[in-house]
Amino acid sequence: MLRDEDRIFTNLYGIHDWHLAGAQKRGDWSGTKDLILKGRDWLVEEMKTSNLRGRGGAGFPTGMKWSFMPKASPDGRPSYLVVNADESEPGTCKDRDILRHDPHKLVEGCLLASVAMGASACYIYIRGEFYNEASNLQVAIDEAYAAGLIGKNACGSGYDFELYLHRGAGAYICGEETALLESLEGRKGQPRLKPPFPAQCGLYGCPTTVNNVETIAVVPTILRRGGNWFAGFGRPKNNGTKLFCISGHVNKPCTVEEEMGIPLKELLEKHCGGVRGGWDNLLGVIPGGSSVPVLPKSICDTVLMDFDALREVKSGLGTAAVIVMDKSTDIIAAIARLAHFYKHESCGQCTPCREGTGWMWRVMERLVKGNASVEEIDMLLDVSYEIEGHTICALGDAAAWPIQGLIRHFRPVLEERIKNYRATAVGRSHAA
Amino acid sequence: MSGAHDDVVVEQPASFEFTAENLERAKAIIAKYPEGRQASAVLPLLYIAQKQHQNWVPRAAMDYIGGLLDLAPIRVYEVATFYTMFNLKPVGTYFLQVCRTTSCWLRGSDEVTETCKRKLGIDIGGTTPDGKFTLVEVECLGACVNAPVLQLHDDLYEDLNVELTEKLLDSLARGVVPPKGSMIDRQTSAPVGGPDTLTTLRFDGDGNAA
Repeated sequence: MLRDEDRIFTNLYGIHDWHLAGAQKRGDWSGTKDLILKGRDWLVEEMKTSNLRGRGGAGFPTGMKWSFMPKASPDGRPSYLVVNADESEPGTCKDRDILRHDPHKLVEGCLLASVAMGASACYIYIRGEFYNEASNLQVAIDEAYAAGLIGKNACGSGYDFELYLHRGAGAYICGEETALLESLEGRKGQPRLKPPFPAQCGLYGCPTTVNNVETIAVVPTILRRGGNWFAGFGRPKNNGTKLFCISGHVNKPCTVEEEMGIPLKELLEKHCGGVRGGWDNLLGVIPGGSSVPVLPKSICDTVLMDFDALREVKSGLGTAAVIVMDKSTDIIAAIARLAHFYKHESCGQCTPCREGTGWMWRVMERLVKGNASVEEIDMLLDVSYEIEGHTICALGDAAAWPIQGLIRHFRPVLEERIKNYRATAVGRSHAA
Repeated sequence: MSGAHDDVVVEQPASFEFTAENLERAKAIIAKYPEGRQASAVLPLLYIAQKQHQNWVPRAAMDYIGGLLDLAPIRVYEVATFYTMFNLKPVGTYFLQVCRTTSCWLRGSDEVTETCKRKLGIDIGGTTPDGKFTLVEVECLGACVNAPVLQLHDDLYEDLNVELTEKLLDSLARGVVPPKGSMIDRQTSAPVGGPDTLTTLRFDGDGNAA
């Protein structure tokens, strides 16, 4: 188990003071000026050394992403950092705890990341429902300004840096980085075609990097303790510590920071009081937020919680939101709920997603009852492949994967449901 | 394409403008964005309008905001109708939003919804005849380890069950808004019974974990 000394989010549960004074006692804002003065190249290199991969779901190497930002601005366009605090992936509530309990880690991270990318301003886009979280974060930003930590001559380093908070208004799609930029510019959150990528043409047509809250909030600690310290945890290319949120059928759901690559079983048994009714009562786990395919118990027995291990079993670490389902779960209904979610959240821009998510949900609702033919299972799978990869953004993929996972691992349950429905339907028609 | 906004005929006020205080607030928000990018302020200004106007945004407010930001009315309408957090028709004094997505559903969100329906005598999307309560179901509210949850205006009520939902509704019926957060004896998102991590840290003045 990870030692408390190696945990980054030391106020995860809000037991201590989240204001500036409390944050400084926990080590935030210590030596920030010296880190800034080490310069942009050093900062990016140190992040590359840490092997940090983006914590928003895609797992792209952070240092490399930062290095895509232009070094100079011949045309005078500014560069921006945009922080994605639109946490909306079902199962995920890790950023919420950072925003409300450790906001200064994020504020300091925004400054350091902006220096590393030559950005003079940063916008944090927070989901609208997080009103209280936004309030805490705004107070933290105001405190940092008042203390001279950000703003003109931030931390006395000579670097000028502005930080703004912007609230979304209830649209999952705005967690997609280009939809987020559209929304931040005051429009409907509909994703943009790439290229151009945000690093060339992002917010207001300027070079922009969009990073997740957790990605940015771990930056100050990594820079203070060294990239090698962070890289010392986990397996190669899957390094560091990570916030996991475990929901569903465990005895004690919680959010916890653990070492990357912790076995799923250990995560559930050590921190969550185990699966309700014991490990053998486990049906399956969605290991990385609603968008990744469900895993049956046989895989959960041994799988490790990191990017590559979960990819090997055709799922993903995603946001590390672990949704646990015991044997009392109607797995078809559980996935149908997700199908409804994606139908609700499709922005409507691309036909395969706009039409496909609704179609898949309607079929899923029939499958919950068993009111379908067995061939429709294959048709559903086919349609999911027609949606996947055929849309501007990954929402189409995200809608397809849970259904693909269901069919891959729980096909007999689907067939059984159809068989039972037919038996009773036939029974009814005979009786009539 | 949220489908959250029905085409219902709503009695619209003829005009709308911000109070002097809210106008100042709006100006401060507009200043956060670069010159010529004032359209960015459309969401925050819609929020201010909604708060000022009994928790819903009338069309006159959209027109007014369009005027403030130099946007064609349609640019504001399409934003206001895209984002689910803007109510485009009147809602009850207490606007209850029950999360229905899988993490909450696994821990009994259906029972929370049913309890609301039963006690209030309304269906999803309905408002009680006295105008006190409106009930809706929403997608993931982002508090999944404290499931099931219900949002009331700016606050989340967490770790609900039938009994706690009844208690919450009874309290609201008396006009008393209970403290937000977990409704059971629980420290935010820590495991029930207390954290099993971060228990060995003491923080003193030098900022080192001791």
